[in-house]
Amino acid sequence: MATQTLDTKGMNCPLPILKTKKAIKGLSAGDTLEVLSTDPGSVKDFEAFCKSTGNKLMESSEDSGVFRYLIEKP
Amino acid sequence: MPNDGSNNKKMSIIVTKGTLDWAYPPFILATTAASMDVDVTMFFTFYGLQLLKKDLGHLQISTLGNPAMEMPMMGMHMTMPNIVSAIPGVDAMASSMMRSLIKKKGVASIPELREMAVESDIKIIGCQMTLDLFEWGPKDMIPEMELGGAATYMAGALESDINLFI
Repeated sequence: MATQTLDTKGMNCPLPILKTKKAIKGLSAGDTLEVLSTDPGSVKDFEAFCKSTGNKLMESSEDSGVFRYLIEKP
Repeated sequence: MPNDGSNNKKMSIIVTKGTLDWAYPPFILATTAASMDVDVTMFFTFYGLQLLKKDLGHLQISTLGNPAMEMPMMGMHMTMPNIVSAIPGVDAMASSMMRSLIKKKGVASIPELREMAVESDIKIIGCQMTLDLFEWGPKDMIPEMELGGAATYMAGALESDINLFI
């Protein structure tokens, strides 16, 4: 179970990433954030975001047009 | 890698354009870079300074001389012949169409992106010479704007990993 869920469905680039950054700021180390998005570009964007910021992308999946990411704050 | 606002990378962007469409690339890249822990400086010069005015309601697009601008309309894509673009009021109409499209597609507005830029501590520098040239004062601009010139920009750019001119 994620510590917090962020729903960015309907939002376009770069809003899902910007909102994710904001949400991560409010978390403690070891907490997880679940992000939901309908932006197909977000798949690569979340990989890149996590790679550059050191956050851990635990899961990346898609279910009927909704992308779901699970991110752990280091 | 730390997640506290620094990975020791820096980026600078020179912002030279003041239309609604061209306001997007600098603000999108700046806010995204900041979210990826990059230390960002934006240097606004010439028409780019329009993007630092307190109220952004005046931003417009122009279809004049832009054959690449295709607006989705009634299931088709419409381009505007220059002779139509030149008619007074056409830019305003195209701009309001663009604004409603932005809203409909879940794209951030420019005031929203600018607010995020300010919130994420992006350094915002306004070109003193341009303010003087167009007779704008700091009171017309957002309070987060610092004044500077080419040397201020260069000092930052020399230390940056990425320098963009938009």
